[in-house]
Amino acid sequence: MSRALRPLGLVALFALLWQGVVSLTGIPGFLLPAPARVAETLWTSRALLAEHAAITAAEVLIGLGLGAFLGWWAAILLAASPFARGILRPMLVFSQAIPVFALAPILTLWLGYGLWSKVAMALLIIFFPVNSAFFDALMRTPPAWLGMARVMGGGFWRVMWQIRVPAALPGFASGLRLAAVYAPIGAIIGEWVGASKGLGYLMLLANGRAKADLMFAALLVLAVLTLLLHAAIDAACDRALRGRT
Amino acid sequence: MTPPPGLFLDGTAAIGGSPVFGPVRFEVPPGQWTCLLGASGVGKSTVLRLFAGLDDGITFGGSFGASDHAPLHGRVALMAQEDLLLPWRDVLGNVTLGAHLRGAAPDMAAARHILARVGLADHAQKKPNALSGGQRQRAALARTLLEDRPVVLLDEPFSALDARTRAQVQELSATLLQGRTVLHVTHDPAEAARLGHHILHMHSGGTEPLPAPATPTPRPFDAPATLELQAALHRRLMAAA
Repeated sequence: MSRALRPLGLVALFALLWQGVVSLTGIPGFLLPAPARVAETLWTSRALLAEHAAITAAEVLIGLGLGAFLGWWAAILLAASPFARGILRPMLVFSQAIPVFALAPILTLWLGYGLWSKVAMALLIIFFPVNSAFFDALMRTPPAWLGMARVMGGGFWRVMWQIRVPAALPGFASGLRLAAVYAPIGAIIGEWVGASKGLGYLMLLANGRAKADLMFAALLVLAVLTLLLHAAIDAACDRALRGRT
Repeated sequence: MTPPPGLFLDGTAAIGGSPVFGPVRFEVPPGQWTCLLGASGVGKSTVLRLFAGLDDGITFGGSFGASDHAPLHGRVALMAQEDLLLPWRDVLGNVTLGAHLRGAAPDMAAARHILARVGLADHAQKKPNALSGGQRQRAALARTLLEDRPVVLLDEPFSALDARTRAQVQELSATLLQGRTVLHVTHDPAEAARLGHHILHMHSGGTEPLPAPATPTPRPFDAPATLELQAALHRRLMAAA
């Protein structure tokens, strides 16, 4: 119980400090709205926020699913084939030198202003952490297990599916946990570059109209969304890996 | 199971340019239990890796293999100091791992029979983490037995167990591996005195057979003859160091 209450207490303390700063300095609301004002907007604009949050959530979830799927299979391909490692690994590392932000305009040009350019952004941002974490884990199977499998006469792909992949699942899980936090960043960048829906679009819109309260409310919804996603993935990973050391 | 072959080794081994052992020359009689006794670092495990076909990185000069000169691959099972149980598979799944890795249908009846013989019948559905150290090593023994290979290589499989559990698993192994060619690497004179039909002493100068009585194994750990043999083996180990 106290574990659940502690973060709430921290949030309350933070809100109190924030309220104090606003009250003491008399900073105008269009620059920094008081938390009470943000809470009020959160309530009065709940329908608007929910509508845009649903769009962003869909982009994030689809991007996360596709990115995890592609990251998984690419890692298995890399782990299975030294040839693929030689060709693809340097390309993947090189691709990380290009900031995903820089790709957002071209993705919008290619995929349009709708859902898919944001899904692509989320996918691009999470592919590498998932792929990298899973690939590293696949290459670190305890040698004694592999030796045992060899003495038993195990086939390459059977050893892959029955020993290397299950042994590497904790690595995949840590990639996925990172991805849960990164994916919303991708979607929001995509929405900033060009969108007519989503929390990122709403934040830009509110900012442009000096509605800082709505901006903060949207930011809060995004943060809660990300935290919920992370918690859900964390719980799913813990559940899947339960019973191991 | 085909009649077990004997083993022979004659040569020198090096890893990464630095010598591990040799020249070493010995024979392991078929169908019997041979202990390869020696201090740590004399290359006992390297010998086992050669016979197991896990020779990556080992440069071997000479010859080794089965006394019938047929390939050893597919005729060898290996049991190591670590139980190597997969934590995501239950005991039954671990015991039948070999068949799964070969794409064969596991013989579930045989697996359950063997689990009963090692005293794990009630633990078949448990994950390895729910087992004690002794139970885990008995599960590893069951997995080795289900492989049903004529040659069994043991790499100090009992050394991590407490004295009481070790004695129990040793007895179980000696009984259940009867009739197979067993090459058992150990640094423990007490273990060799209990289990070896034959005892080879491996040291930096090579290997030499040590006398072992023709009594049935496992020999009682507290019999005067066993204790005497243990002391004699211990003296040989001390003299070599």
